[in-house]
Amino acid sequence: MSKCVCIIAEFRGGNFRRVSFEVASEGRRVADSLGTSLCAIVVGAGIAGKAAELGRYGVDKVYIVDNPALESYLAETYVPAVAEVVEKCDPAVVILPASVDGKDLAARLSARLGAGLAQDCTQVVCENGTVKAKRPIFAGKCFAWCEWAEGALPVVSCRPNVMDCMAPMEEKKAETETVECSIPEARSRVLGLDLDTSGKVELTEAEIIVSGGRGMKGPENYTMIEDLARILGAAVGASRAAVDSGWRPHADQVGQTGKVVNPNLYIAVGISGAIQHLAGMGSSKYIVAINKDSEAPIFSKADYGIVEDLFNFIPVFKDEVEKFKSTCT
Amino acid sequence: MNIVVLLKQTPDTESVIRIAGDGKSVVTSDLKWIINPYDEFAVEAALRLKEKHGGSVTIVSWGPQRVVESIRTALAMGADSGVLVDDEALEGSDSLGIAKALAAAVQELSPDIVLCGSRAVDYDEAQRGPMVAELLGWPHLALGVAVDSDGSKVSIDRPIEGGKVTTEADLPALVTLGGSHAVWSPRYASLPGIMKAKKKPLAAKKLSDLGLDSSECGSGAAKISIISLEMPPQRTPGRIIDGDLDTLGKAQELVRALHDEAKVI
Repeated sequence: MSKCVCIIAEFRGGNFRRVSFEVASEGRRVADSLGTSLCAIVVGAGIAGKAAELGRYGVDKVYIVDNPALESYLAETYVPAVAEVVEKCDPAVVILPASVDGKDLAARLSARLGAGLAQDCTQVVCENGTVKAKRPIFAGKCFAWCEWAEGALPVVSCRPNVMDCMAPMEEKKAETETVECSIPEARSRVLGLDLDTSGKVELTEAEIIVSGGRGMKGPENYTMIEDLARILGAAVGASRAAVDSGWRPHADQVGQTGKVVNPNLYIAVGISGAIQHLAGMGSSKYIVAINKDSEAPIFSKADYGIVEDLFNFIPVFKDEVEKFKSTCT
Repeated sequence: MNIVVLLKQTPDTESVIRIAGDGKSVVTSDLKWIINPYDEFAVEAALRLKEKHGGSVTIVSWGPQRVVESIRTALAMGADSGVLVDDEALEGSDSLGIAKALAAAVQELSPDIVLCGSRAVDYDEAQRGPMVAELLGWPHLALGVAVDSDGSKVSIDRPIEGGKVTTEADLPALVTLGGSHAVWSPRYASLPGIMKAKKKPLAAKKLSDLGLDSSECGSGAAKISIISLEMPPQRTPGRIIDGDLDTLGKAQELVRALHDEAKVI
């Protein structure tokens, strides 16, 4: 049998992160087109019980490295363990999430294995048994197709929210194998983990984003955006102008120096649409722009435009969304 | 405390990107070049550490002669010296090849700490920092939005999806920087700084000066390469919801469109 496809699943707070299932689904598609099996590597502490769940998303076999020393992600401890298992499976391709930790792990792992890495891919295809991947560059102003040299191991990290997640096959369980790895003494450590339990939706994984820009005029007006976001189950974003003005935290910044997002719906409120902002949100499936300046560049990207003062429009729109939500659920 | 900053020169983020005739590179003739913003944050973080602990800040970069201008800018901000790895053999190298050249340049300087951006705003490979750390056999901390050191350890705050982690590493270590302009407010070069920068040492190196061979890190060693570029699909022009509608009418029409047409709410 030809070499397997290997995914690396990400685990946090006692559960697989959704992007792990997206990566498993993509791994399954690649494995099918290569005519081979799909294995997964799961690394962490106290994770063994959940590992077989990956079978629901098409994984045939899970290699588990379960060690108390792997409680939190640290490149220094995770990378040697993952590298050891990758060498043991000898895969045709490695696929993992392009999450914050996933991208970090992918880079260090690829240096260790001498592999070729394509980060943040939005498409993976197999042609005549070889893998090609597409990834955004210049924050989505352009896309690059990458190809691997003969004999090189492709490592592909997949952008969250892009790869289709298969419908879970409820009864299916993956075969599991526990691997003992020696974990090197780390010269780095996690001092504290502060998880936001407010239920705030993370920008890069949000299906809907409501973003405010310079037109918001001040930090106090963002309650309007937050209210609308809460009703829509959306995350709140901001333009660089709003963040530079100190109105919003930098973690909310969408754009080329900030987060690149791809929700189903992006609502740009009082954002004119600087090139670097458009790059960060241009791949959203639907874009709504609300701006009183009909010449604002954001309208050239918008599926729906509202030319009106946001301070008039947003409260009325919020009420209408609320009304709609109460009738449809 | 001796600090190295890895610095890449990138096109300005307001640049319009066009595909060149070869179909796999971008037109560079009309681009304005800047220090990769995340590396500029690293320069700022390095200067703050130097202010606290003394020592020196060395800028290590790679690329053609135009990069000298960006190194001089960092020197004008307050860095002490620069190294530019300028070797044609690095044309077509992959991230790992570049990382090997940078790791060799860092090794010659034997710093306590290496700082660099978590990503570059051009090709956004997000690989350089962790790769250099792996090649040096050093610990690394990624995506710092705050960096501090007591001289024997370095610690950072690092945002992750849905939270924040505080991590620490023993020196020598590499740290990549995240955040934004608002977080770091990198200092501007002062006029006296610009004058002084002209006299600060800037060494040009070839791969052979670093004890490397192009077969290890040149295009021939690349495991991955770009075979073609494509522009994102053009968005079909949308519609402005107006007609004769008042604010309420527009709001109702937008809700309807988002539900019935786009099916996103």
